Amino acid sequence: MSEENSIQTPPRGTVVKADGPPLLEVVDVRHGMFGPAGSGDTSGYGGLVTTVVLPGPSQRPYGGWFDEVVDVLAEVLDEGPGYDAAVEAVVIDRGELTLHVVAEHLVTVCQALRDDPDLRFELSLGVSGVHYPLDEHRELHSVMHLVSVTHGRRLRVEVSVDDADPHIPSTTSVYPTNDWHERETFDFFGIVFDGHPGLSRILMPDDWAGHPQRKDYPLSGIPVEFKGATVPPADERRAYR
Amino acid sequence: MSTPTPPDGTPAHSTTGLHDDDMVGIPIYESVGDDWSDIAAEAARLGEERIVVNMGPQHPSTHGVLRLMLEIDGETVTEARAGIGYLHSGIEKTMEYRTWAQGVTLCTRMDYLGPLFQESAYCLAVEKLLDVADDVPERASVIRVLVMELNRISSHLVFLGTGGNEMGATTVMMLAFEAREDVLKVLEAITGLRMNHGYVRPGGVAQDVPADIVTYVRSKVANVRKYMRGLEDLMLENPILKLRMKETGYLSMAACMALGVTGPLLRATGLPYDVRKTEPYCGYETYDFDIPTATEGDNYARMMVRIEELYQSLLLVEQACDRLEATVGAPVMIEDKKIGWPAQMSVGPDGQGQSPENVKRILGTSMEGLVHHFKLVTEGFRVPPGQVWQTIEHARGTMGVHVVSDGGTKPYRAHFRDPSFNNLQATAVICEGGQVADVVVSVASIDPVLGGVDR
Repeated sequence: MSEENSIQTPPRGTVVKADGPPLLEVVDVRHGMFGPAGSGDTSGYGGLVTTVVLPGPSQRPYGGWFDEVVDVLAEVLDEGPGYDAAVEAVVIDRGELTLHVVAEHLVTVCQALRDDPDLRFELSLGVSGVHYPLDEHRELHSVMHLVSVTHGRRLRVEVSVDDADPHIPSTTSVYPTNDWHERETFDFFGIVFDGHPGLSRILMPDDWAGHPQRKDYPLSGIPVEFKGATVPPADERRAYR
Repeated sequence: MSTPTPPDGTPAHSTTGLHDDDMVGIPIYESVGDDWSDIAAEAARLGEERIVVNMGPQHPSTHGVLRLMLEIDGETVTEARAGIGYLHSGIEKTMEYRTWAQGVTLCTRMDYLGPLFQESAYCLAVEKLLDVADDVPERASVIRVLVMELNRISSHLVFLGTGGNEMGATTVMMLAFEAREDVLKVLEAITGLRMNHGYVRPGGVAQDVPADIVTYVRSKVANVRKYMRGLEDLMLENPILKLRMKETGYLSMAACMALGVTGPLLRATGLPYDVRKTEPYCGYETYDFDIPTATEGDNYARMMVRIEELYQSLLLVEQACDRLEATVGAPVMIEDKKIGWPAQMSVGPDGQGQSPENVKRILGTSMEGLVHHFKLVTEGFRVPPGQVWQTIEHARGTMGVHVVSDGGTKPYRAHFRDPSFNNLQATAVICEGGQVADVVVSVASIDPVLGGVDR
């Protein structure tokens, strides 16, 4: 992405924290609508600029049981690192609760979510990653989904890290099930889970170079037999944007 | 346990084997690989007599290309590890470069014994992301329940059949696969295909069920019941089966929760956790069915839970049939023309294809309609930015779909939490300390499908 494509104005939903990087939900800025970039534009749609913004932090009241869970979590966390230090933002979108948690306090938050009788998110449904190359210093997101069988609730814990230093503490001590899921996330995104008992590739071969699910992972084209041509990689083909 | 040696000191093998002196000039082939040389080096360092058996990835009892690394002491398994990834095909990555509707075609190929579960879970997630979950027609939801429950039956029948086959009971496999054939015939009549259906679409289903399907399903359900009775007669009181399955492969409820193991394995420990009841989707809360459980937590209990589930699924299929009869002619695709796939298939003399009436209507009545059709098929629909998590009760446990949209015509990220991927983590817990022969039964009781594990 070149310099001119960078975001000019803070988009809707952006929250700037007093200390630390702004909590950007911008995941992409798209130019044009269809076809290859850089060629002559005859449609007029080539000048279209779309800023893609994910739903931003929500304000209280969150509604339903969300307030209660966040209150109890704040109470438990304030005995330790403090709620404000551990939880960056609470996002309510499409009826789902997402807690954006600071990486260094992830294990404490998970422990609280699992062990407090009023929270009791005892079942983890695994970890996966999402790569947002434009979310500066927060490019790699690790997403965990927790279920409370006791209370019939579910929430999402999201942790964002800098691509240059992709370290997140492993939650296998709290949720042993995250073992393979964290290996998969490491395999596909290169997020290093510190304290994981055996962080190695799981689906790709051990000697594989790169992390395939990242957006900057180079895709290969397909050579066309007899013609000497190549079908371009999937991300360079003419497509709707 | 060590190999018994006769008193005279000769080893108890049928041949004495070669001595080192006889080996001169004979080429020796050794299997050398990254991890194997490590294992060999460690074994040499420990200086113990240690046997590491590599079971799979090409082994008939591993349900695909699962590699089990077993450290054995005599007949006892002291360590068991599962190696996966042999069937990884990058489906999740590929989905990021295809439209939302095309995603169905890709995710159906993950767990090839439960294609309709992936399709339904993915479509429910996309609908949630589009915020149109309430606009999906009731008949479409009924059809989804019907095909998912039929799929659960066919999947559990494969578990029973292959599980029996692995214990040497070929008749069990024959019966189970014959019963499965009946279920697949129904699915073929509805979707046109026996597997990789691509039938459930965002907004509804690809097409309505054939007119006479309810009669057909009812006749096949009766057949399946008949086969099930035969299977039960063969299996449940069979002393060999009971000896091999009872009190083997034990997994407690606490271990299940810690390892995130769901589905029949969790229910076999006594916890009636089923997403169809706790987080209902497709209107499951309006159906009358039970969640079967057992308390033993062993291989036999898991089999019993699956058999009971099969009967519950048959009940659900019958209820879905009643509702299909009551909603004949109702739409099966969302009304919103910006989302609903406009194609209609029909069976002609040369097989299944586009319905000529539908093509005639689109081409003959409205230029706008034609443009819409073209745009919807080539560009697809746009989904507002955001992320959702949708869970459904897969035949093998809780399946979760995490879909992220950036507002484009393609998923920004689609992640499938496949239940067998997660449940395979329990391999070590249920195999270690048991016999080598129990490994086959215990791994079968997890019922892993490697297409889903490796995706």
